[in-house]
Amino acid sequence: MGKKILLANDHIEGIRFLDTYRKHGGYASLEKALKSMTPEQIVEEVKTSGLRGRGGAGFPTGMKWSFLAKPEGVPRYVVCNADESEPGTFKDRYLMERIPHLLIEGMILSSYALGAKTSYIYIRGEYFYVARILEQAIDEAYAAGLLGKNILNSGFDLDLYVQIGAGAYICGEETALLESLEGKRGNPRIKPPFPAIAGLYGCPTVVNNVETIAAVVPIVNEGGAAYAAIGVGNSKGTKLISASGHINKPGVYEIELGVPVEEFIYSDEYCGGIRNGKKLKAVVAGGSSVPILPTELILNTAAGEPRLMSYESLGDGGFATGTMLGSGGFIVMDEDTSIVKNLYTFARFYHHESCGQCSPCREGTGWMEKILHKILHGHGTLADVDLLWDIQSKIEGKTICPLGEAAAWPVAAAIRHFRKEFEDFIRNGEHVNDVKHYYRLNNLTALIN
Amino acid sequence: MSEKTILKFSDETAAIATKIVARYPEGRHKSALIPLLHLAQAEFDGWLSVPAMDCVAEFLSIQPIEAYEVASFYSMFNLKPVGKCTLEVCRTSSCWLSGAEDIVRHLEKKLGIKEGQTTADGMFTLKTVECLGSCGTAPMLQCGGDYYENLTLEKTDKLVDSLRAEGKARVYTNDNPVNID
Repeated sequence: MGKKILLANDHIEGIRFLDTYRKHGGYASLEKALKSMTPEQIVEEVKTSGLRGRGGAGFPTGMKWSFLAKPEGVPRYVVCNADESEPGTFKDRYLMERIPHLLIEGMILSSYALGAKTSYIYIRGEYFYVARILEQAIDEAYAAGLLGKNILNSGFDLDLYVQIGAGAYICGEETALLESLEGKRGNPRIKPPFPAIAGLYGCPTVVNNVETIAAVVPIVNEGGAAYAAIGVGNSKGTKLISASGHINKPGVYEIELGVPVEEFIYSDEYCGGIRNGKKLKAVVAGGSSVPILPTELILNTAAGEPRLMSYESLGDGGFATGTMLGSGGFIVMDEDTSIVKNLYTFARFYHHESCGQCSPCREGTGWMEKILHKILHGHGTLADVDLLWDIQSKIEGKTICPLGEAAAWPVAAAIRHFRKEFEDFIRNGEHVNDVKHYYRLNNLTALIN
Repeated sequence: MSEKTILKFSDETAAIATKIVARYPEGRHKSALIPLLHLAQAEFDGWLSVPAMDCVAEFLSIQPIEAYEVASFYSMFNLKPVGKCTLEVCRTSSCWLSGAEDIVRHLEKKLGIKEGQTTADGMFTLKTVECLGSCGTAPMLQCGGDYYENLTLEKTDKLVDSLRAEGKARVYTNDNPVNID
């Protein structure tokens, strides 16, 4: 069994409520942090831990925190990004609905460390019931003196609010999130300035993912060095993986970074193998925007080393033969899956979610969706595959925010690894399953003979 | 000339809205716009008519256009009337891999409408939506604030029948019970 530090207590009945949470060690970090640590010491522990942003980008959290500007007399803000919208990702929802106090505890620690007196949790609107769970937990925390004025008699004050979004993937991008929190359309801002200098209301702001903020709790409790002792290479600690698709046991799993991908897919501790005894065809390992990999490249690197669930190992080989850990949205596809059709659902998604600010993304995502729709309906031509490749290459790197890349990468990877399937689909006007295609040919031969 | 419709929050909703506005620093009350549009949508029949958006703009002392431009950006705000229950079926990758398309086709047949349409009795609107973060419990649909997961055709039938028997509007409100575990 791998070490669990965020979800160690997730199955305890009533852990959602303050008294049970506290009975199992909840809020112990506050006693320690507020009474015996300076804010700077907490930032140092987070740096030592090697924690990297768990929303998808994997940027070192301690470094992000150290960029925060601290001008005199200007408020600073900590904003939790709970806008979880990357297709294939549902770990933050799980964490918040099961153990809301873990996030609240992490928010108090982070706010203390960064000198914020007001903090917000921005949650996607569709998670309406999760927002209610968080609000109930926040009410409990206020009543117990864990939020509000003079928390635990430390002299530290903090107000924490839940802000609800209204359906927009783009608001998971941190500057779009801040725009939305200010009551505007979720159009990403041009950076610089980064939020650390000019974020919410133009004030220095840190935006961190739910899982990142929750991880600050064990880092303060056990120390950054203990956290850094878990994992492999520059992938420290544990990661929540949202496993879905054609597997026997979909769900959220906390893994020690470095578990082999093969073990993660096939062992009963995690996904439990492919559903209905089918064979594995492909995996999208880190949420819809990361490159899809066929079986041979997801289980092993191009050099033949076993692929591990870590930032470095999944990234091994660059985009030619590798992918990214991303948000940990692990989508598994069996041998019957049409890569073309799955890609269409992604292309439609990104077209729907483009904010429309930058032409390459606004026009390119729509164009890619149209071409894939045409292929799916039997009207594709072989030239369309090259056209798709051309369009995606003209979106990447040419937009204000990374939605452009997020839309381009899945298209590029699907063509890179499954070009023949696109061509077969176009020639036959439908999905051609290698196995079924073979039988159909055999039957045909039998008929002729 | 027809008179301009003017909508106002009920006292109860206005009290909630006032509390929300207090969450932000002075002069930053516009931050309350999205939460208040949700309140307006819940109070005024599940969609945001121009008078409903004007009501929010008036409450926040902002220009009506500021409310319109935000309402039109976010997919959860309905700018046209909807049925009492909007069935929002997720259609993105993991749900699609798990048979979301079958659920949509089944609902279209059962309700006698196409996706995007509302039944003649005004009871149901059928929508497809992008990933709702329920990939491990796919396929799924959302109605009001509630998630209905691991759907089968039979479960979908039962849900529609029970919603129809209940006959009540399902909207996002703070009255929704939190029923997990």
